[in-house]
Amino acid sequence: MVSGKGGTGKTTVAAALALALATEGKRTLLVEVEGRQGIAQLFETEAFPYEERKIAVAPGGGEVYALAIDAERALLDYLQMFYKLGGAGRALKKLGAIDFATTIAPGVRDVLLTGKACEAVRRKDKHGSYAYDHVVMDAPPTGRITRFLNVNDEVAGLAKIGPIHNQAQAVMRVLKSPETAVHLVTLLEEMPVQETADGIRELRAARLPVGNIIVNMVRPTLLDEQAVRSVSGDRRKEVAKALTRAGVSGSAKLVSPLLAEAAEHAERVELEREQRGVLEELGLPTYELPLLVDGLDLGGLYRLARELRRHTTT
Amino acid sequence: MTMTPAPVLDIDPLIDDPATRIIVCCGSGGVGKTTTAAALGVRAAERGRRAVVLTIDPARRLAQSMGIDSLDNVPRRVDGIKSESGDGELHAMMLDMKRTFDEIVEAHADGERAAAILGNPFYQSLSAGFAGTQEYMAMEKLGQLRAQDEWDLIIVDTPPSRSALDFLDAPKRLGSFLDGKFIRLLMAPAKVGGRAGMAFLNVGMSMMTGTLGKLLGGQFLRDVQTFVTAMDTMFGGFRTRADATYKLLQAPGTAFLVVAAPERDALREAAYFVERLAAEGMPLAGLVLNRVHGSGAARLSAERALAAAENLEESRIVDQGGGKAGSRDSGSTAASPSEQGPDVLDVDTPARQVPEGAEELTTLTAGLLRLHAERMQVLAREQRTRDRFSALHPEVAVTEVAALPGDVHDLTGLRAIGDRLATGGAPSA
Repeated sequence: MVSGKGGTGKTTVAAALALALATEGKRTLLVEVEGRQGIAQLFETEAFPYEERKIAVAPGGGEVYALAIDAERALLDYLQMFYKLGGAGRALKKLGAIDFATTIAPGVRDVLLTGKACEAVRRKDKHGSYAYDHVVMDAPPTGRITRFLNVNDEVAGLAKIGPIHNQAQAVMRVLKSPETAVHLVTLLEEMPVQETADGIRELRAARLPVGNIIVNMVRPTLLDEQAVRSVSGDRRKEVAKALTRAGVSGSAKLVSPLLAEAAEHAERVELEREQRGVLEELGLPTYELPLLVDGLDLGGLYRLARELRRHTTT
Repeated sequence: MTMTPAPVLDIDPLIDDPATRIIVCCGSGGVGKTTTAAALGVRAAERGRRAVVLTIDPARRLAQSMGIDSLDNVPRRVDGIKSESGDGELHAMMLDMKRTFDEIVEAHADGERAAAILGNPFYQSLSAGFAGTQEYMAMEKLGQLRAQDEWDLIIVDTPPSRSALDFLDAPKRLGSFLDGKFIRLLMAPAKVGGRAGMAFLNVGMSMMTGTLGKLLGGQFLRDVQTFVTAMDTMFGGFRTRADATYKLLQAPGTAFLVVAAPERDALREAAYFVERLAAEGMPLAGLVLNRVHGSGAARLSAERALAAAENLEESRIVDQGGGKAGSRDSGSTAASPSEQGPDVLDVDTPARQVPEGAEELTTLTAGLLRLHAERMQVLAREQRTRDRFSALHPEVAVTEVAALPGDVHDLTGLRAIGDRLATGGAPSA
């Protein structure tokens, strides 16, 4: 499960993780639950229908499949599978029962989404081996993740008997097992880091397995505060001279804006240092992924996957 | 190449106009929606409006900066607002969706019935915040604040919805559900479907009640039925309110601001918002583009800055006159591997005479240049993303808010954001 505050790039990290886990001939399934078709956009393909399809080949021959789970379709499939409803499914839809179940009835939607993912985790092929070596879910954001994953407990409490009850409990067993890990994506900024800390506390309280912290979009430290201070005072003229020596024309007018940029950078580096400290205290394995300056394309995604592999194998 | 610039979104005339009664800030998660709403509130109040900010899920320190760290579901006055005219006031509140829902029940059902609803397990789960509840309650609260008529400007932050415009859909969805056949079926299965010519529905329904019972367990279905029956008297009210809120959002006194950051995903969502608001007949004031980078040294391109940095670093290495450069602890300077290493030493560059002690300065200056190159690359990327958006929506007025190095957590910070919002035609250095 890959979660994170909005804007931290959790979809990207989930996709990179699916690629990283697929190397060496493994097969992974990348699952999307929020109906945004973010995975399709990331892999530069058209929107997926509701089916598992191969979207990428990993280095070493592994394969990444993707599925955008649609709660309504999942419910109809589910009813068909267990009750052979046939045309009655359409009647249910017409009545608004499906809409009720997937959008208004508390938790049913989340049960269907987690249920479908767990089905993929447990699925075996005809030789008895698992259909997927790993299933990676681009999960809801940190603020909702505990509730989302814990919904089956809640539903099992509401629907005390019957197949929904049993299904909810089976899903919960998978989610709370050591086979599951919830990874949290953050940036080195105060709000996402705070939300990560809150999320970890909530996940732990619900006894859901917390995985790693992945710090995304990390920029290199080019100058620290001390360095900026040392050039901003009476050495401005020397800086101007050095610029001229380096072949920059009109350097006198450039010193101030360059120093202003450096001061902002130094301030950010200092804030990032603080946030790294906060993350360290959380006591979880923490990986950093670089910011891709030219924006994210498919090549960048493979690069992030390599970074993740490098982290996890060393 | 920069395209024809987008029209400028002028914030002050918008918040000063007494006809503006509601401003809705929407946008995808993590783009600074709540901060924008709070900054608009502070600015509007200090310019003389009686404003209230309704936040959904503010970061703790932002909430504290407005004195609303406790969640009590009523607007609290924000201290420290400096209104020149003396008339301006700011109130702020954080939405408590369960309490908002409870209040509706209490207001619309008699004591006994209200108690039955509040104690119903199905209701308790529903109101604690499953899909759609937060969106619906945010709109409900907006309707309440508007009806109270204590404020002349209401600024609403929208929930970080999984699909960005759920807050528009939630009231309609709940309304159509409450009006629908399904709910009547739940309330009195026997009464529905008795009409002639609806035989296929009869089949569907008997199958359905049976199926639902099997699927959910009898107790759950009974809980739902009890809940629905108890809520019966309130449905008319729910429906009317959902419709009224929806109409309020379309009214001339309402202005939508789409908030985004200059990143591909955020602007794609923003484009979707713009299209969707137009389709719903909701009045869009413009786009707030947060965290835009600028540079006072924009005439020095990334390429030239990098080349200059390399010049300096080469001269430094040559001055050292040996193979020590690669092993030197570069500390804060992080030249990329291709610029380090022994191969650089083989470059046949004439050694320049650098004064003693100037080496540190050379390193620092190279650092400044590399930093600037990075900044210029960010600028170029942001410009490309913005151009793509304005090509799609050239009519949308835009204000840009220059990026701050850190987070905002006091009124001074919110004021600074407000200034940038109001003068954001072009990014400052």
